[in-house]
Amino acid sequence: MTTKRIEAVNDFVVQFANVNGSGSASANELFARSFLRMGVPVSPRNIFPSNIQGLPTWYEVRVTERGHLGRRGGVDLMVAMNPQTWDADLAAIESGGYLLYDSTRPLPPSKFRDDVNAIGVPLTEMCNAAYDDPRERQLLKNIMYVGALAALLGLDPAVVAELIGEQYRGKEKLLTPNLDAFRKGWRYAEENLENAIGLRARRAAQVGERIFVDGNSALALGFVYGGATVCAWYPITPSSSVADAFTKYCAKLRIDPETGERRYAIVQAEDELAAVGMVIGAGWNGARAFTATSGPGISLMTEFIGLAYFAEIPVTIVDVQRGGPSTGMPTRTQQSDLLACAYASHGDTKHVLLFPEDPHECFDFAAQALDLADRLQTPVFVMTDLDIGMNQRLCAPLAWDDARRYDRGKVMRADELEAAADFGRYLDVDGDGIPYRTLPGAHPTKGAYFTRGTTKNAWARYSEKGADYVENVQRLLRKLETAKALVPAAVERRADASAASPCPIGAIFYGSTSPAMAEAVESLQAIGCPIDTLRVRAFPFGDEVARFIETHDTLFVVEQNRDAQLRMMLVNELGVDPARLRPVLHYDGTPITARFIAGAIAKQLAAGNVRPLGRPAAPAIASAPARAKPKEGSAAPSAARGRVA
Amino acid sequence: MTYVAKPTLHHPSLPKNRLGYTRRDYEGRVSTLCAGCGHDSISAAIVQACWSLDVEPHRVAKLSGIGCSSKTTDYFLGHSHGFNSVHGRMPSVLTGANLANRMLLYLGVSGDGDSASIGLGQFAHAMRRGVDMTYIVENNGVYGLTKGQFSATADCGSKSRRGVANEDAGIDLAVLALQLGATYVARGFSGDKAQLVPLIEGAIRHRGAALVDVVSPCVAFNNHLGSTRSYDYVREHNQAVNRIEFIPQRDEITADYPPGSYTEIVQHDGSVLRLRKLGLDFDPRDRVAAMNRVLEHQARGELLTGLLYVDPEAGDLHDRLGTTAVPLNTLDESALCPGSAALERINASLR
Repeated sequence: MTTKRIEAVNDFVVQFANVNGSGSASANELFARSFLRMGVPVSPRNIFPSNIQGLPTWYEVRVTERGHLGRRGGVDLMVAMNPQTWDADLAAIESGGYLLYDSTRPLPPSKFRDDVNAIGVPLTEMCNAAYDDPRERQLLKNIMYVGALAALLGLDPAVVAELIGEQYRGKEKLLTPNLDAFRKGWRYAEENLENAIGLRARRAAQVGERIFVDGNSALALGFVYGGATVCAWYPITPSSSVADAFTKYCAKLRIDPETGERRYAIVQAEDELAAVGMVIGAGWNGARAFTATSGPGISLMTEFIGLAYFAEIPVTIVDVQRGGPSTGMPTRTQQSDLLACAYASHGDTKHVLLFPEDPHECFDFAAQALDLADRLQTPVFVMTDLDIGMNQRLCAPLAWDDARRYDRGKVMRADELEAAADFGRYLDVDGDGIPYRTLPGAHPTKGAYFTRGTTKNAWARYSEKGADYVENVQRLLRKLETAKALVPAAVERRADASAASPCPIGAIFYGSTSPAMAEAVESLQAIGCPIDTLRVRAFPFGDEVARFIETHDTLFVVEQNRDAQLRMMLVNELGVDPARLRPVLHYDGTPITARFIAGAIAKQLAAGNVRPLGRPAAPAIASAPARAKPKEGSAAPSAARGRVA
Repeated sequence: MTYVAKPTLHHPSLPKNRLGYTRRDYEGRVSTLCAGCGHDSISAAIVQACWSLDVEPHRVAKLSGIGCSSKTTDYFLGHSHGFNSVHGRMPSVLTGANLANRMLLYLGVSGDGDSASIGLGQFAHAMRRGVDMTYIVENNGVYGLTKGQFSATADCGSKSRRGVANEDAGIDLAVLALQLGATYVARGFSGDKAQLVPLIEGAIRHRGAALVDVVSPCVAFNNHLGSTRSYDYVREHNQAVNRIEFIPQRDEITADYPPGSYTEIVQHDGSVLRLRKLGLDFDPRDRVAAMNRVLEHQARGELLTGLLYVDPEAGDLHDRLGTTAVPLNTLDESALCPGSAALERINASLR
């Protein structure tokens, strides 16, 4: 019996099942980068449990010439290097897919599947024969399987060798054995595994000028460019690498060339309470400051966030969201902190949120958040998630206009205080809800005021008068109105850009859902179901969000949380009839897929007998456009298990 | 807090300091604390210290947490920016403010409820980081604003107004600060202004983390028989290790005491702490000895006051971080933004 074979060129998913701490990460990344150098887009994802060493970890590479950077679901080729997860890894392979394994020791037939093509490479045997050092034997096994894969898939060996050269530049001791191991793996496959795989890599020109970077690094660079000088943080997955990257980039880019002094201060605080306290202190005193955290840190910071809102202090907070509540799923992704951030603190509060879609926007929004915080004198949240933050993503190059000036907001300097008739810290002089502030030390006799979390009048004096309180909190609402025009507007994409009127069906989404949504729109279009989309990029919502809702008959809100948090905010803030917004929710901790979105939308439309105007009737859209059904129940990244309400 | 306006008219004969300011220029709003509260005496001591050191009022940032003591930042230095933050978390706000502008003088005012309970963590970490600040704890062993509950610094066995004895061990913030690496640790008593003012002056001129723990009786809830924080008890059990005199750098040093009866310690800025010995053999430059001595006296039910420890060569958080001498809050795009050419190189490295 011949096993069927998946045949695909530049469009497949390879997953590496490894053991944590075995040195596989750099080899796997090398594999992914090789495609990029051949002009083929890839979308890699780390899938890792909350452990450090000896336990399972996966790295998934979606090879996608068409540029679909969301997670696809399903695995075409499994590189099974972890005996602990063998059974689940085997089960995760699509029918007709491939299994690459270490064939040093024979395995019983029960360890294989009839509908999966097994490809054995005696990696351990080859490593043991070639190298003496036990650590080397382990590490080079990874490069060796990359060599075999390169031959099997048709990756240009010169490209891979060039990347290895770049990685070990100046480290000849490492370069030589790595190149050697790569060639050994390549040669073995060339000599023994001819035409073993139906998946092929082919040179393309689809990468262009794009860069390959993780969201946390891009955020950190955005803070360097945006002029952040104080960073206070506390380690928490998946946000720690924001501070790590800020430290790294500052050491390169922010040292005074003459004195060697640092134009920045980074403090690892004792907890998130102190981290945000330091950021508040620095913001109060006129430095641009930020902290980066995840859900549990937001919970701890909440009281302080209320103070910063009420006392009107610029604060920038990054929330790299993970699965909650409580410790939740620390190494999995979700968009489940929207409500916790938008309304953080006791009392009546509303905060500005930004939702970047990828590392490029992480860079832009980090710098913009600093401007917004200074302009609005309030906490501003940059809401990313683990999927954007900790995975390298292909995105547009980072850009900076050298003519750009920081918006430091309404800060009165000594000469302005001298000239001014009156200074009232909380007076709404301009009618935009934003008062003027002064910095400590500005003027010997003018402009000093007392900052407090208690109620006060417009001159910052303690007051328990109801009228003073109401006037103050109404002004804070005016300020939020002002914010609407300053935050990034939502991006609308029409199914037919040239059409005079919108489609009857619309989908609203945000953040890391972006690539999966774009792909889902394509596959829905392909089955005769065009939809318009609106990517929300900030809270408070601009008028364009309400307009999109008004102009569409059937609306879906696609999110990565259980409770439809953005939908709740749309209902709450825009007064939308809840029945008009249908939630499409994915929240199992894995990144949302196009298969899931398109399937959920198609199913709902079919059930409701909704038919786009001028299109064929329901049967054409009755089933999801999935190429193959993802396997349920594997221990590795499982298939999408969301809910469609 | 303050409802009563304070007259701004000054008596013309009030003495002026070298900046031309009278003590009144260092005052704040009318205190709303109870008559006789020790905290008001501490506010007066802060005013006196800042006046006599010729501190420019607007170059001071005064920060506090929540509680009776934290309210006092409104009652002195009315021309300084003040920040009444959240409970127990003044140290982090002060740290951040200090990072933003290292040129100001940072005065942290807190109480025992604020610093020894919810704030114990932040207290500890600000001390060990060496934040350049004068951290004053107005320590009365009791929660005043919520009407008389024990605080964590209350001595074990001390009785509440209702006669209930505290069963928990008391936290000694001065001993803790010594252990945590604070580089100036003093203890005063709000009822002894002559001792307290130079302790605060020394702390203000110290570079690094300076703690002044001031025992400050609460007249409303902790001034009764059986309490170890009452005026009477503290007066009877106060054992001063030294009497300090603060001599700013500019003043000529003259001694009224016979040689050998005092020690002089020169601080970072050239100012001098002259310590008159008081019978005890005590060297405030020995951290371990200071801890031992405080604990020995504590075991005898005595309260050791005076300058307990100073490291005149201490550095601060900025020294450790290597931050630029220019305050970070004054840097603009030209100093902070690496520009588009550098970004293009970064883009190239990410392909």
